[in-house]
Amino acid sequence: MISAERIEEAAYGAMFRAGIEIPEDYETGLREIAKSETGDLSAFVIEAMLENYDAAREDRRAMCADTGLPRWFVKIGNEARLEGGFVELERRLRRATARATHDVPLRPNRVHPLTRRDHNNNVGINAPEVEWSFEPDADWIDITTVHKGGLFGSDYRMLFPADGIDGIKRFFMDTLIAFGKRGLACQPAIVGVGLGGSKDVCMTLGKQAACLRIVGDRNPDPEVAKLEEELKALGNSIGMGAMGFVGSSMVVDCHIEIGDCHTGGMPASVHTFCLASRRAVARIHADGRIETRTDPNWFTPYMRRETVEWREAETV
Amino acid sequence: MAGSGDGLRKRRLAAPVSDEDLATICCGDIVFLDGVIYTGREGVYRKVVDEGAEPPVDLRRLSNVNFHCSPAAAVQDDGSYRIGAVTATASFRFSRALPAWFAKTGCKVVVGKGGMNPKDYRDTFVPAGAVYLTTVGYGTGALLGRGIREVLAAHWIEELGIAQAMWVLRVENFGPLIVESDLQGNSLFEQQNAAINERIEKLYDGLKTPALRRHGETDDKTEELI
Repeated sequence: MISAERIEEAAYGAMFRAGIEIPEDYETGLREIAKSETGDLSAFVIEAMLENYDAAREDRRAMCADTGLPRWFVKIGNEARLEGGFVELERRLRRATARATHDVPLRPNRVHPLTRRDHNNNVGINAPEVEWSFEPDADWIDITTVHKGGLFGSDYRMLFPADGIDGIKRFFMDTLIAFGKRGLACQPAIVGVGLGGSKDVCMTLGKQAACLRIVGDRNPDPEVAKLEEELKALGNSIGMGAMGFVGSSMVVDCHIEIGDCHTGGMPASVHTFCLASRRAVARIHADGRIETRTDPNWFTPYMRRETVEWREAETV
Repeated sequence: MAGSGDGLRKRRLAAPVSDEDLATICCGDIVFLDGVIYTGREGVYRKVVDEGAEPPVDLRRLSNVNFHCSPAAAVQDDGSYRIGAVTATASFRFSRALPAWFAKTGCKVVVGKGGMNPKDYRDTFVPAGAVYLTTVGYGTGALLGRGIREVLAAHWIEELGIAQAMWVLRVENFGPLIVESDLQGNSLFEQQNAAINERIEKLYDGLKTPALRRHGETDDKTEELI
């Protein structure tokens, strides 16, 4: 039985790490594309950001003051048992969000959309979001928090099968050019692309592809992996770098996630996870041990299954 | 050959910023501020510009630097304020409020994110003798947070909340910031966009257009959203 106290402790700690420590994979990826950055202003911006990550770690302060919309992704082992069940888990995530908002401090970004009322704790109606997934043959739970800015850099479009890869490429560039100018997307970014699914799932898959996969990771489907590489190169060929200055650093990596969709359509979504790509993970084992990491490992073979029955052996 | 920021001109300016200093800065200069600045965005503009309220403090005497920002801050149990990171929010949304704001407060330096539409510089900033400094990244929140030496006040925090209150900050070596517009109304982003736009059309060569268009869709990728 995993205690509710341990869940809150793990979640509270993850909030600090996400807000303060840039994930290693992103920082390494940024350093890598900075090596070939062609523009002086864009290079200056990247140098300043690398210095900023150091300042955040040294001072234990948030790396960016727009601490985004803190949210939760929870993966539950099928054999895990939780004290107080799921209602208690959600309560603990809300408590951790509110406490960490005050203690880090994070910016209380969450307001009522009409009245603009702010509880000053990043908790409110349908906030923070909690998304769920499950894992067979496991007795742990993984709690991932992502702090993602929420204003610029995402778009959705219903494409059609005949539009093909050309259509995807056009839409991808349209989005990066529109939101890349003046750096509204806070690039260089991890760009997530959702392909297929229902409209809402298409958005969800793209968002998760951007936020829950690490730089360097490739989709296990070779066709999809090839498109990831192509889109990454395409984004970096636009001629735009950090802050929309002339340069070459737009895409640190591109991740695509797939969902089967309506036979007549090919919905697509594009999302940018910014220069403050904030994510942190805590695994709580059945014995209460807490392990921390930065790779959510969200898209497991079970998540990407395409058959009626699930047996891991079938996919290996 | 990799680019580098080493060749960019770096300046430290006292805030409030003098007319002499304003006259000598150029697009693309890197600036650090020392002195007093204040934050103001939707909530403050709504009260002062839309509802006609007087600013909570005499801004003409306090500072001429308006930072489009909400800090990541918390009110401590003893009533004091703790600021962690600070970064700017996108400024183009405040275009409508700025003419009245400049007239009422004597603001001459806007620090924000992303700059304004070039028309705003010509119509509002140049007549007011004002310039625009953009934050860097975006998201050098920890570096800018380090530059805050003291919170002098948090006006209207009860009514507007932490994010929208007017924070008055004493800063030191506050930056880096990049000069985006100068007193002549030149815009760094406009210059950079023009260079990028020259190549954009070629990127789409050979890619067929989608079967279903969208309302308002344009093939002119040089158009700005803001």
